[in-house]
Amino acid sequence: MLPDLSDRQWLWCAAGLYAAGLVLGTISLVRGQRTSGVLIYCLILVGYVLQFIGLGVRGRSTGGCPLGNQFEIFQFTAWSAITLYLVVGVTFRSSVLGFFTSCLGAALTFVSLSIPAWDAVRRTHIFGGNPWIELHAALAIFSYGVFGLLALTSGLFLLRHFSLKSKRLGGWFSFLPSILDLDHIEMRLLAAGFGLLTLALVFGSVYWSRDMASVDHAKLAATVAVWAGAAAALLLRAIGRLLARRFAWACLALFAAALLSLAAVDESRHPGVPPPPERATP
Amino acid sequence: MSEPCLFVIGATHQNAPLEVRERLALSSEGAIRNDLASVPGLRELAVLSTCNRVEFYGVGSDDTAADSVQTAYCARQRFDPAEFERIRIRLTGRDAVLHLFEVASGLDSQLVGENEIFGQVKEAYASAQACGSTGAVLNRLFQKAFQAAKHVRTSTGIASGRVSVANVAVDLAASIFGSLAAAKVLVLGTGEIGEGTARAFRSRGAEDLAVAGRRPDRAAEVAAALGAGTVLFEERDSSLVHYDIVVCSTAAPAAVLSAAAIAAAMRKRPARPLLVIDLALPRDVEASAADLQNVFLYNLDDLARIAERNRMAREAEIARCRAILTHRADGLWSHVQRYLSSASDPSCGPAARNAGEAGQAAAP
Repeated sequence: MLPDLSDRQWLWCAAGLYAAGLVLGTISLVRGQRTSGVLIYCLILVGYVLQFIGLGVRGRSTGGCPLGNQFEIFQFTAWSAITLYLVVGVTFRSSVLGFFTSCLGAALTFVSLSIPAWDAVRRTHIFGGNPWIELHAALAIFSYGVFGLLALTSGLFLLRHFSLKSKRLGGWFSFLPSILDLDHIEMRLLAAGFGLLTLALVFGSVYWSRDMASVDHAKLAATVAVWAGAAAALLLRAIGRLLARRFAWACLALFAAALLSLAAVDESRHPGVPPPPERATP
Repeated sequence: MSEPCLFVIGATHQNAPLEVRERLALSSEGAIRNDLASVPGLRELAVLSTCNRVEFYGVGSDDTAADSVQTAYCARQRFDPAEFERIRIRLTGRDAVLHLFEVASGLDSQLVGENEIFGQVKEAYASAQACGSTGAVLNRLFQKAFQAAKHVRTSTGIASGRVSVANVAVDLAASIFGSLAAAKVLVLGTGEIGEGTARAFRSRGAEDLAVAGRRPDRAAEVAAALGAGTVLFEERDSSLVHYDIVVCSTAAPAAVLSAAAIAAAMRKRPARPLLVIDLALPRDVEASAADLQNVFLYNLDDLARIAERNRMAREAEIARCRAILTHRADGLWSHVQRYLSSASDPSCGPAARNAGEAGQAAAP
């Protein structure tokens, strides 16, 4: 039996575990020791489960995938990034990636929990019972989570690149994965994020094509711009025009653009008949 | 009645210079074992013989056994006992325990933190076991020494970072390419340092090596020794495109690889990084190549600086390691001491008789 906690309480617990991973990793790095990959992975895994429960509780109360306000979108983005890490982290055995993922998870969850305005209004049944639109939204935000992990990997790439070019290989830098491994991870994550976002847009377009009037142009432009950015980065990387450091910077910019586009996505929520706002429980 | 005594006696690089160690080196461990088998009161014995040390770890029925070992050893090596007394180490009890712990951990090595000594101590122990000259005390002592060494190696930075130029180069390559199995290595020049670095790459998994030298016959010779292919020195620029790591160590008076040649190669393989290790003096590679995208250029000074930093980092860890080892040595010694006190049997014979002695007595 699960304890009777509210969705936000579950999410606070998850944020606490991500923060514990962050603190543990930071202490290890300050001491110049290798971070304990297994321990950080376990902390993130337990946090992930708690966040999943929290989002599940929230989803039940909102009657769909919890993507109704800025708070929920940030939480879902963090959850998506961590889903990917839990797969990628095992494959690449990168404890540093775990540390950075806990940073991202802690940052996104704490920021969203700490700004009450983001969760002041809960929108319920925002997808109007249309599972395709729900899938569209979930896939789109999941792809943003992938871009979040891509940004982390790109950050690690830039650090590794800096350490190699500046010939500082000792201490903390020695724990970074190899530059070629990071480059391969970046490519796969970008391809995965692009694929997911493409699917999201395909599902969304089926709905839009039936009811163009319901399309918010700012949201559509922002989302398509992110998609086009991902497509361009992927294409330029494939033909060898966007490589190494510049590719990593492009991936970071892509995630920044994705985060910025969330504002347009949130603003677009103007349903024909506004649902009764539900005050958030603290 | 005197108590049994754990001791270590020998000579190491700390006090014995190379020319002395040459004279003290054991040509045959079997011969000295035969000599020591007749030492009265020597219950257990293990001989650690490396290029930096010859040490006898023993358990005697009293503290004269160590003197007898010294006498027999000096006689075997035809070494002046008085001179030996000046350069020897002679430790007993807890100090002997701590010494073995430090030796096995690489703290007492010339190259602090080196790993080879761990294997050498293991071999010495295995050899002593095979001869039946270890017993309850040495068995426990060596096993605990291995545990302690593993512990300090994993929990401190004593073994982190490479301290030789060749190994630093290999680590560097690993931080760019990850596994070296798929990395292609071109060695330009047939000098000793280039060959040594190529060997280090080979030992860390690099399978595809090629050698190019200004003297084709010498290049073929080095390539054969390394199990590598050969490339014509004149075709080095056009061959660059096929390689991920280039090790340069020619004695050429001017650069043999221009930045333009490297840039041209990179245009054909832009996505794959290129590591250029320039071990030559004067330098073989134009310094401006370091500015090229995806090219990482390191020269001899860069590698030496990294090796020196690693060495200093290791030395900074010594105090931490020593504290850990001292704690463990104290714990083990208190158990061994109790065991020795209870097992003081004056009728015990030479070390060889100890084979099969109760292995798991009171020791921890």
